[in-house]
Amino acid sequence: MVVMQIEAIDLAFGYPERAVGRNAKLAIGPGEVLCLLGPNGCGKTTLFRTMLGLLPPQGGRVLLGGDALDGLPRGEIARRIAYVPQAQGAVFPYTALDIVLMGRIAHRGVFAGPTRDDRRIASDALGELGIADLALRDVTRLSGGQRQLVVVARAIAQGAPLIVMDEPTASLDFGNQVMVLTEIRRLARRGAGIVLSTHDPDHAFAVADRVAVMKDGVIVGEGAPKTVLTPDLMRSVYGVEVSIEQLMDGQTVVAPRY
Amino acid sequence: MNDDRSRWLILALALLTVAAALIAVKTGAYPLTLEGMGRTIARWWVGLKPESFEERVLLNIRGPRVVAGLAVGATLAAAGVVYQGLFRNPLVSPDVLGVSAGAGLGAVIGIFFSLPLVAIQLLAFAVGLATVGLVYVVAVTVRGRDPTLVLVLGGVVVGALAGAAISLLKILADPYDQLPAITFWLLGSLASIRGNDIATVVPVVLIGLVPLVLLRWRINVLSLGDDEAKTLGLDAGRLRFIVIAAATLMTASVVAIAGVIGWVGLVIPHIARMLIGPNFSRLLPAAMLLGASYLVLVDTLARSIGRIEVPLGILTAVVGAPFFLWLLWRGRHGWS
Repeated sequence: MVVMQIEAIDLAFGYPERAVGRNAKLAIGPGEVLCLLGPNGCGKTTLFRTMLGLLPPQGGRVLLGGDALDGLPRGEIARRIAYVPQAQGAVFPYTALDIVLMGRIAHRGVFAGPTRDDRRIASDALGELGIADLALRDVTRLSGGQRQLVVVARAIAQGAPLIVMDEPTASLDFGNQVMVLTEIRRLARRGAGIVLSTHDPDHAFAVADRVAVMKDGVIVGEGAPKTVLTPDLMRSVYGVEVSIEQLMDGQTVVAPRY
Repeated sequence: MNDDRSRWLILALALLTVAAALIAVKTGAYPLTLEGMGRTIARWWVGLKPESFEERVLLNIRGPRVVAGLAVGATLAAAGVVYQGLFRNPLVSPDVLGVSAGAGLGAVIGIFFSLPLVAIQLLAFAVGLATVGLVYVVAVTVRGRDPTLVLVLGGVVVGALAGAAISLLKILADPYDQLPAITFWLLGSLASIRGNDIATVVPVVLIGLVPLVLLRWRINVLSLGDDEAKTLGLDAGRLRFIVIAAATLMTASVVAIAGVIGWVGLVIPHIARMLIGPNFSRLLPAAMLLGASYLVLVDTLARSIGRIEVPLGILTAVVGAPFFLWLLWRGRHGWS
């Protein structure tokens, strides 16, 4: 059996008229959490969109479960990898349940509607994130954070072994950040491979097996959070001084010096 | 909106449509009784030729007109629902890709050269389809931009060109004979519809409707935008092509027999969405029933309020706009 992993090989990404990044090498397999850090505008989203086949690579290639991404039909890609975009695009007042159900579409025939099973899977996904009470609410009227949770629920309902999350904690309150990060760990324990981007290095220490740091489209460090996220690297990437401390319970936190 | 409630709502809209059709059939200079209509339809069903004046009024004039009103209203509303979802914008109407402007140009060319009615209808249909085809080709050849945005811009540009050509022909046309015909056509009317128009148009509309019904779940996903649709497993470009082709086929065929009837395809989908929510599998039937009732009632008004017939395009707006404003003032849903 093929190990379900996504692999970027010497990937150059961006647009024909404007290169964003190059030489990206990443591989994420089952049960792994990879955290991508980097300043605003360094190319994290563009890299993700290229790895999902939403943008054509400008060089190199992407393998998904051992197959070249550009040779796979959309439905097959969706059964292998799910995406949590930064902003969810519903403009019409769909219910949260409708949105989560859309995660099941790759599992059904072209002319099918959602089945009873799909409804159960979608409700379970909402329940897992503690938002079962939002099921029949209009998503365009939810807060940014609630909407984000609905999209995470959709990725869970999609049932793909790999998930790419673009700043999944960006608009969440403190409690929901912890909840989503805990959910990410739990999904990984069940065998999912997860790539997420974040602006908070603490999140990398909290959930990531590996961290990759990107600056100006180039990955400048990759490995275990403890070895990669050093005060030197934080200074060179973000231009700030930090101290990295281990708490009594073993957690690591990154504290900027103001 | 839960499933039970939406089922009842669709049933209620179906009853509304039946009631609207009955009102429309009964209204007119020559009174028709329900009993007489039943007898006439029974005789027509078994293939007997109409004998009395009453039978001819129902079978040759009012019946086709009412059926056409239902079909045109339902079709324009369905196309509106599809286009609004596709372009992720509740302000979009079926004309957005230039189908009406193109069909208008085709019909005006036909009237200008004094062609027979069938040729005028065929020209309207063909030029309407060709216009959208041109817009689509423009959109797929422009690379690296949001495809739906390019489609809308292409529709605006090509529609403006068609509008310019129509204006030119209006200036060149015979002001006593052709110009009124052109003006009337561009405002829409069901006055000249006969039974055989319906027999040719309804099958074409159904051909367009079938893929929309079959792909109902996926069309929802398309309204989230290309990135989400693709990562959820849809071939967004191909689906968009199918949906545009289906909706254009339907719109062009009804515009060809009824002229340009504005407003229905813009506002009926909106009202239907307020009633039943955006889920396409419920929204499509609800909007079609609402569109059918609306147009058939407005057409009844058009042929009964004055000594001459009022063009439909005028009345759909005059009746619809205040109603829509009232909904907005009352509205809990705003633009959603």
